[in-house]
Amino acid sequence: MFAYIIKRLLTGVVVVVLVSMAVFALLWYGPESPARPICVQETSNRCTDERLANFEESMGYNNPIYVEYGKYAKGIFVGREMALGGNTIQCDAPCFGFSFRSRALVWDELIERLPATISLAIGGATLYLLLGIPIGIAAARRRGTLGDKLLVSSFLVISSIPYYLFALVAWLYCTLVWDLPVLGDSGYTPLLDNPAKWFAGLLLPWLCLGIFNCTAYTRYTRGAMVESLSEDYIRTAKAKGLPARTVVYKHGLRSALVPVVTIFGIDLGILLAGTIFTERIFEIQGIGLWGLRAVGSFDLPVISATAMFGAIVIIVSNIIVDVVYGVLDPRVRVS
Amino acid sequence: MASPEDTARVGRHTDQSGKSPEAPNATVAAQFQDSATEDPHDVEASYASFGELAKQGHTAAVLDPTAEPVIAVEDLKMYFPVRSSGLVRRTIGQVQAVDGISFEVPRGGSLGLVGESGCGKSTTGRLITRLYNPTGGSMTFGGQDIAKLSQRQMKPLRRDIQMIFQDPYTSLNPRHTVGAIVGAPLAVHDIVPKKQILGRVQELLEVVGLNPEHYNRYPNEFSGGQRQRIGIARALTLNPKLLVADEPVSALDVSIQAQVINLLQDIQREFGVAYLFIAHDLAVVRHFCPEVAVMYLGKIVEIGDRESIYSHAHHPYTQALLSAVPDVKQAVIGGRRERIMLEGDVPSPINPPSGCRFRTRCPLAQDICARHEPPLLQIGPRHKAACHFAGEIGRHPVTPVTPRLLGTDDHGNADPGATPSTELTTQAGYSDTWFDLDKKTFGRA
Amino acid sequence: MTDSIIQPRAHQMSEEGAYLAVENLTIEFPTPDGPLTAVNDLSYTVGMGQTLGIVGESGSGKSVSSMAVLGLHDTKRTKITGSIRIGDKEVVGLSESGMRKLRGNAVSMIFQDALAALHPFYRVGGQLAEAYQVHHSNASKRDARRKAIEMLDRVGIPQPDRRVDDFPHQFSGGMRQRAMIAMGLINDPSLLIADEPTTALDVTVQAQILDLLQDLQREFNSAVIIITHDLGVVAEMADDVLVMYAGRAVEYGTTKQILSHPEMPYTWGLLSSIPDVQSDTSARLIPIPGNPPSLLNPPSGCSFHPRCAHVDKVPGSLCSTTLPRLTPASIGTAHVKRCHLADPDAIYQREVLPEIAPDLVEEN
Repeated sequence: MFAYIIKRLLTGVVVVVLVSMAVFALLWYGPESPARPICVQETSNRCTDERLANFEESMGYNNPIYVEYGKYAKGIFVGREMALGGNTIQCDAPCFGFSFRSRALVWDELIERLPATISLAIGGATLYLLLGIPIGIAAARRRGTLGDKLLVSSFLVISSIPYYLFALVAWLYCTLVWDLPVLGDSGYTPLLDNPAKWFAGLLLPWLCLGIFNCTAYTRYTRGAMVESLSEDYIRTAKAKGLPARTVVYKHGLRSALVPVVTIFGIDLGILLAGTIFTERIFEIQGIGLWGLRAVGSFDLPVISATAMFGAIVIIVSNIIVDVVYGVLDPRVRVS
Repeated sequence: MASPEDTARVGRHTDQSGKSPEAPNATVAAQFQDSATEDPHDVEASYASFGELAKQGHTAAVLDPTAEPVIAVEDLKMYFPVRSSGLVRRTIGQVQAVDGISFEVPRGGSLGLVGESGCGKSTTGRLITRLYNPTGGSMTFGGQDIAKLSQRQMKPLRRDIQMIFQDPYTSLNPRHTVGAIVGAPLAVHDIVPKKQILGRVQELLEVVGLNPEHYNRYPNEFSGGQRQRIGIARALTLNPKLLVADEPVSALDVSIQAQVINLLQDIQREFGVAYLFIAHDLAVVRHFCPEVAVMYLGKIVEIGDRESIYSHAHHPYTQALLSAVPDVKQAVIGGRRERIMLEGDVPSPINPPSGCRFRTRCPLAQDICARHEPPLLQIGPRHKAACHFAGEIGRHPVTPVTPRLLGTDDHGNADPGATPSTELTTQAGYSDTWFDLDKKTFGRA
Repeated sequence: MTDSIIQPRAHQMSEEGAYLAVENLTIEFPTPDGPLTAVNDLSYTVGMGQTLGIVGESGSGKSVSSMAVLGLHDTKRTKITGSIRIGDKEVVGLSESGMRKLRGNAVSMIFQDALAALHPFYRVGGQLAEAYQVHHSNASKRDARRKAIEMLDRVGIPQPDRRVDDFPHQFSGGMRQRAMIAMGLINDPSLLIADEPTTALDVTVQAQILDLLQDLQREFNSAVIIITHDLGVVAEMADDVLVMYAGRAVEYGTTKQILSHPEMPYTWGLLSSIPDVQSDTSARLIPIPGNPPSLLNPPSGCSFHPRCAHVDKVPGSLCSTTLPRLTPASIGTAHVKRCHLADPDAIYQREVLPEIAPDLVEEN
């Protein structure tokens, strides 16, 4: 098992390196000089060709790409000194560069924004699991009944609304139209600053994520339960004289959880890598919004950092899913 | 580069497609009209009488001792590597799925391959159709050693060796029509012009007792037995010389099994196809195959004609297998048949027992069995057995029969005075001289 | 109008002392294409210490009827009429909690494919212990585990104290079926239903399992039902045989009677479709033509008539218009058959036997 995890981590490292190279190269060979955004910003929109050349020179864009990538990679591990305009900035390891837009070190900003995204993702994910799995089980047990059909079709309606519309309407009504207490106060306050405000601010985003995504989890769970309840071992469990509850939860749910957990792990990874719509609509300063803004303003170091962060989170969550899978299903345990 | 063999084959093919509309269809299709009707449940009694029905049923297949082999397999081996699970996946062992087996399938005849799960019989079938690349040994087919041909060189030969699979539910692509499934080999091998494919397909469907008008239907519209017929039609498309049938009836209901077995026998009579018939049902194999090979843990332990195997088995494993088959006739007597109980399970093929592989479960095992692997000795005109104590049930010799051949004493210790016999071979067929178990010498009977 | 009122009992011994008595059992499943009658007016009995073999093809209703004995059908989607008595208890219409007390306790069932029938995620011992504890609420975890080890030992699993902690996939096929049997017997059931217990197994393992079942039956004196398609297994294991076709009993009697003097063409067909390991090589393999009928749209009259090769021996169109009743066989008393043929035994001996077992003809 240990060797397996190490192996997975090693391949993960390779993937992250490749992602970082790819992003670096994409931006390097992009349609516009990578120095232009900062030139425009520093010169207040008076970026002449000459000034641009200066910026390129000082930022090293005249060097071959592998030299600059080498510097970038070295910065991540040991830190580096960066030239910007006439100034030199000390960027300690792990150095992912310097955001043109916010004029802050990328790493510091990442650390600052992470708690918001984590709070949002974990809260939302917990909510949709807590809603989706029990509803899915209940639907599977009543498969084919009127209640099941109503539920399935109403969830189909919800999940066919675009998520951003769903969240936007929720925000609009809760905050602007009805101006509800608690629900209407969306926004992010660090947990340690004020737990009550943290909770109140995140409640509506959580509900949006939870309710919208629980439709999918209800569907997965229902499907997996219907399948597992038709297995031979369920018939065996009934034939043993076990009460229906034990049959459904101990024997049926255990195997139905395997595919649900797999999807959940990957979904959670995607959420952690940035819930762009949710953060944008509720103005939560998390990773997703940061990445979105960086793309808008061509803030290269931030774009690279968010891409790598996303890759790492998804790789790690995949490894965790595999380990959990092994715990759930003894047949795939690797010796 | 068409060899004379090839041209002869093509000639035979055109010849047959010319005559088949009358001859085979009349007999074969009448018997299986069921499948041809719109709804199999509304079949009117079209089977005139029991007498007629009975005449269409076949008796056990008969051996043609003069038939040349269509394929001769010698010392065939298939080892699958076992890899470790650590960081670096080293090969840490081998599964000896098939370990040095030799046999022949006579032209137009059938050889049965029986044995329990994990004995290597299915692997053997896949080796012969070259779904696997053999680790060693030779397979002589049409004058070529097909064990050593590359996949590209195999392609023209593939039409001569076809396979019928066990599970009629998973071996047919559900998204292709029956016509596409049966006609695919014709298209792949570019044998008939596109326009003629449909005609050939309909002809084949009729041969296997399906309504030729149903070429446009999908596999799920057919019952299990009918699907197996589709599988058989597909295998027949290219007029093969050898059909490898891997458990062709074991997934079917009892009454349907008999239909399919009779169909396979009809086809053999009509087209002269040879079968390598792989099955675990000893009674079906006995009916279908005049010759049978018994496998255990990757080895052939006994091979011979029907009479030798079923009435004069000399290997304790064959005897145990036969005695374990429940017999309908027992009903008159009541209770269970007396039988040889085998203890425990088949050992792992990764680390098989030394010497004789059956010794760990054999009631006769002695020292020599652990020390030396018993050679597959010819002990009759068409009978070979691999046992140090070969003998009919209840009449196994007290001392091993093999020491002089192996150059050892009765316990398997090397005997300095003796030299191993040169008469031990791995040849596929039978020779005119064989080892006389009573005299313990080679000679003619 | 059912024919059950005048339906003769197959057995003198059946009424008294029968542990399981099934009477006029009919099981219907509503489907989008109309009701599907899986079991139709079925009656049989099994006494303590006795074995009944139920034979038939897929869709004959042999498994469906046995599942009903344990009440394993979804009550909302199944219409069950008739009577099933276990001991003195009527099971049809019994509440779920009442049924649960019987399941795995007085009546237990072992299934065909032990790999699928055991839960892949739980240890074998845990699954056995669970079966014990559910009916012994006072038993501690340790007692249940001890009982599980004891049962694994009893069914011949080597080193049971170690193997008890294995998962099902770590067992061989034969061992899994043994574990399944151990689980079925852990509460000393009076009735054991074995649904194709050896179908997926190799022949030597099958022999071991059949021996085990027989030993255990002798030891516990339980009533046993073996559902199988293998007449050989029936011949060696069962005292009585019930042959089912399209949801109905078509022949029922002692094993000896049924297999040596069968009087229903379907039974003949079953016998003539299987070769024998010892029979004469001039015996013919005569299949039953056609396919089993659809239960949604069963044939009129005798369900078997579209596939029957002896219809011509019955006057008129009786076979396709009138369902034959279960009537006593011409030979022997403990034997009933559902067929219009006037003298089936003579036809069997004269026409069928010479084709399928020429070696037996002289003896008769």
